[in-house]
Amino acid sequence: MSVLAEEGHHVPVVDPGAAGSMALPLVLVIALPAFGAAVLLLGGRLTDRWGHLLGCLTVAASFVCSVILFITILGRDASDRQVGLDLWTWFSTGDWKVQFGLLYDPLSALFLLLITGVGGLIHVYSIGYMEHDERRRRFFGYLNLFVAAMLMLVLASDYVGVFLGWEGVGLASYLLIGFWQYKPTAAAAAKKAFVINRVGDIGLSLGVGLIFATFGTTSFARVSELTSGASGGVMTAIGLLLLLAACGKSAQFPLQTWLLDAMEGPTPVSALIHAATMVTAGVYLIVRSQFIFEYTSDARLAVAVIGTITLLMGAWIGCAKDDIKKVLAGSTMSQIGYMVLAAGLGVAGYAFAIFHLLMHGFFKANMFLGAGSVMHGTNDDVDMRHYGALRKAMPVTFLTFTMGYLAIIGFPGFDGFWSKDKIIEVALTQNVWLGLCALFGAGVTGFYMTRLMLMTFFGKSRWEDGVHPHESPKVMTIPLMVLAALSLLGGLLLLNDWIVDFLSPVTGVAPHEEPPLPAVVLSVIAVLVVAVGVAIAWMVFSRRDVPRTAPTKVSVFTTAGRNELYGDAFNDAIIVGPGKRFNVGLAAFDNGFVDGGAMGTASAFRGLSGRLRLAQNGFVRSYALGLLGGAALVLLALLVVNLG
Amino acid sequence: MNGFDAPKIEYFQVSPILIVLGVAVLGVLVEAFVPRRRRYGVQVVLALLGLLAAIVTSVMVFLDLNPGSDSPKSGKVVAEGALAVDGPALFCWLLILVLAVLSVLLFAERHLEGGVLSFAGQAAALPGTEAEREASTRGLEHTEVFPLMLFAVGGMLMFPASNDLLTMFVALEVLSLPLYLLCGLARRRRLLSQEAAMKYFLLGAFSSGFFVYGIALVYGYAGSMGFAEIAQAVVSSTGSEGLLLGGIAMLSVGLLFKIGAAPFHAWTPDVYQGAPTAVTAFMAAATKVAAFGALLRLFYVAFGANRTDWTPMIWVVAILTMVVGSVLALTQTDIKRMLAYSSIAHAGFILTGFLGIRSLNEVAGGSLTGVSAVLFYLTTYGFTTLAAFALVTVVRDAGGEATHLSRWQGLGKESPLVAGLFAFLLLAMAGIPLTSGFTGKWAVFAAAMSAGAWPVVVVAVLMSAVAAYFYVRVIVLMFFAEPIGEGPSVTTPSVLTGTVIAVGVAVTLLLGLVPGALIDLLGRVGVFIR
Repeated sequence: MSVLAEEGHHVPVVDPGAAGSMALPLVLVIALPAFGAAVLLLGGRLTDRWGHLLGCLTVAASFVCSVILFITILGRDASDRQVGLDLWTWFSTGDWKVQFGLLYDPLSALFLLLITGVGGLIHVYSIGYMEHDERRRRFFGYLNLFVAAMLMLVLASDYVGVFLGWEGVGLASYLLIGFWQYKPTAAAAAKKAFVINRVGDIGLSLGVGLIFATFGTTSFARVSELTSGASGGVMTAIGLLLLLAACGKSAQFPLQTWLLDAMEGPTPVSALIHAATMVTAGVYLIVRSQFIFEYTSDARLAVAVIGTITLLMGAWIGCAKDDIKKVLAGSTMSQIGYMVLAAGLGVAGYAFAIFHLLMHGFFKANMFLGAGSVMHGTNDDVDMRHYGALRKAMPVTFLTFTMGYLAIIGFPGFDGFWSKDKIIEVALTQNVWLGLCALFGAGVTGFYMTRLMLMTFFGKSRWEDGVHPHESPKVMTIPLMVLAALSLLGGLLLLNDWIVDFLSPVTGVAPHEEPPLPAVVLSVIAVLVVAVGVAIAWMVFSRRDVPRTAPTKVSVFTTAGRNELYGDAFNDAIIVGPGKRFNVGLAAFDNGFVDGGAMGTASAFRGLSGRLRLAQNGFVRSYALGLLGGAALVLLALLVVNLG
Repeated sequence: MNGFDAPKIEYFQVSPILIVLGVAVLGVLVEAFVPRRRRYGVQVVLALLGLLAAIVTSVMVFLDLNPGSDSPKSGKVVAEGALAVDGPALFCWLLILVLAVLSVLLFAERHLEGGVLSFAGQAAALPGTEAEREASTRGLEHTEVFPLMLFAVGGMLMFPASNDLLTMFVALEVLSLPLYLLCGLARRRRLLSQEAAMKYFLLGAFSSGFFVYGIALVYGYAGSMGFAEIAQAVVSSTGSEGLLLGGIAMLSVGLLFKIGAAPFHAWTPDVYQGAPTAVTAFMAAATKVAAFGALLRLFYVAFGANRTDWTPMIWVVAILTMVVGSVLALTQTDIKRMLAYSSIAHAGFILTGFLGIRSLNEVAGGSLTGVSAVLFYLTTYGFTTLAAFALVTVVRDAGGEATHLSRWQGLGKESPLVAGLFAFLLLAMAGIPLTSGFTGKWAVFAAAMSAGAWPVVVVAVLMSAVAAYFYVRVIVLMFFAEPIGEGPSVTTPSVLTGTVIAVGVAVTLLLGLVPGALIDLLGRVGVFIR
């Protein structure tokens, strides 16, 4: 069953079939990492010796289950690929019943493969990366917790279940950013991420609340049946609330400031959580809620605008930072901006948002892990001004990183080329201005990524004294190679429009629209724009030496970029400062008025109590008199009522 | 005239009462024939066995009658109309018996006083005399407390089941007289204890006088002592309403005195403070159940038809009781006195639930009746207060129990377990959610609201807030004040007191978390028969 959206195409409805033989792997996908987390976190020191192996094993097994599930639905008709599994009634109050249920469809299938696949590789990589950390077992416990929560998020069949996973990944992210909590910066970054994410979470809770208030249910299946009949205003409100949620989790403007600080966490965390998976949850939420966004073009426009703003901001920040991880974080913001932009373009863009999300998962995880490998070889230095000429010292890292680089700038043939190109094409078709911004962003991407490559791997060595860069162990480089291969080959998913067709039961089929120029021409233009960015970077950073300390006399644009476009200052000025003043005022009100009232009442009652106490003088004769008086009172009360 | 007809006694239905009284008599014989050093063990075992047997038979009677079902057997008037064994009566019986078992454990505690009971070694020896010293050096103890207590329990069982005024009066006296004695038997601070007993006796006798006078007036009005006949007379109205109103007033005085409602509360703080703490606990928990059971039956059965006449009077008494109890507790400095005032306030809350009286066809299906609400509150309150007094007995210094509030300062640091449990019980008394106190208050307030007594509920809510102040004050004192140098120590009690505390706390927690089971049971208990 499907109905027409406001533009006149069919909006698919969530209508899952029975799970049947898929039930077991479906449950195991989540249960295995959850079990791993429980064992590692509750088992304590007993599990220290083999904890990291168990952590890898559970995710690997989860990946196998995901593959089995994927193959199973590949063998089915397109219309038969949605599978639901109700496990138990989570809670039921009045008319509201929430099933603890799972929904497996093409969208969650792709996420499952990404989360468990890339997650598994990063688990393996972490064995090497965290080898000398005495709390490695706990690290793997948190990683498993994250994987379980993220799988819950993408498998839930109900907004409340999504919320459970949403909060779970938030918790895991907090624990992992602050994993080295002895560093004050890490502790502060974890807190900041958590607090800013709460703002987004408010959006999600209010959104789910409004969904329930409007439709009387929160399950995807029921809500998607009912949205066609709801008023546009309510749908816009729900859409904007969900957008707020997505902004928090996916570090979109104006809630983007936590992501750069989150790089304080161990690098595998940055790769898995703050690049490949968790930060894309916002994109998932929007695409999953397409049955809401399809009925509100206003909310969709807001999504697209937010995505465009963020993609430009992220690129800008990426140009100015010297910390390799922060450059990559800026680029993550920017790339998620592309995905959000695509999701905001509606039915034409959903599939490409997910496509870019997958490709970004490959190449960004690759580059983060590569950055981790570089740091591993340079005593955990993150300042690119202290690198240079590393290509000879770390050939494998260099080669794999180059694959990621070519992918992210959209070099023809690499996976980023296919996905970003499609987004730019759709954006230009739907809204020329957003499309031009996206095109410009692609050029800037070419600039800052080339800068990163040149400063890190080329030029003269600017190493710190005593640093002897060396290649990382096999356990770290093999995941790099796998991810590099995926960065090269991921584009194959677009062959024959496979991914678009595969996702169409979830996202709907877009009516055909002609781009303003032929697609090939657009591709050529995009490549040329990127080439210009690369060329500028090459001219600036390759032809003269990079100073070891950052120059201070720089343009206002660089200063702004280094300060992350004043996001923190903005927050301080607009939210933190007034908030503090409001709190001070509230405290004064509490002390003066509320406490004064309470204390006054208390002393009034104590005074009354002191008076009444006098009657309790300890003499039986007084008590007896009181009793007599009481009898008179009782009699009087009876007589007044009845004879009065 | 065919001579004398032997009265027909339904032995099965009244067996719990007979067992308890029989065991009490047996206890007296034990005092006479068993050697002194073995009496303690025999008495404790005997009392516990007797009470357990009574519990078992009560359950059997309950299952046999199956109250709440539509069967005509849902209750039975027995012993020639003297007693009514029905759902509410049986519930009171079971509650009283369980509380009595716990009280026996408290009575039997010997660990705290260094191997002897916490009752006077020889009650006849004057305080401060050579005889008293001798009694304590010889380690004498009064094991008579167990049969005395069982007699009181027997009276308490009869009280809520009484189906005529004379039986009710006899039950009142049977339950009261042993309590007067028990109050005067404290091992420490004997003068205070004896003074308490004297006051309790004098005022109790005084109020009994009112009760008897009330019986006379009501008999004058209805021409009968039986509740059913009185109810009949009230419905058909004999014309002399003055007699009825006077009678109701005088009967109320007698009963309201027992439950400690204002303005008949004056004895409560003095007696609760002076009596041995185990006796205080027993009185506070079990007597209240019995007295409220009787109050419910008398007013619902005999005077139910003219309730509009007397509910305003109960409104006044309930409001007065809550205000007096809550406000006076604010300035108390002795923990036992504070708990006494708290029990007065609780009596007010229970009276609020008592106002939930409605005629049967007014009660919507599934809603709480006044009877269910009151019985529920009595259950929650009984266990909480018993455990609270049990905890008071373990905080001690050289002079015995350290009951002055200043001595409890910083107890949270000295012994976090005792302070924590006590804090939990205080929160329950204050009616904080997740404790039984909350569900109990909710039940009585809901019942009163649905019967239209909203002004009383408003006062009750306000007074709950006032009461929370003095409960939390103790918690603040225990946890947020530095311990005083020579503070009291917590004496580790034997398993007996430990059991009482554990059971009390567990029930308080359970009824706060899952009250549904008990509320369902009370729904099945049904109504009074006549």
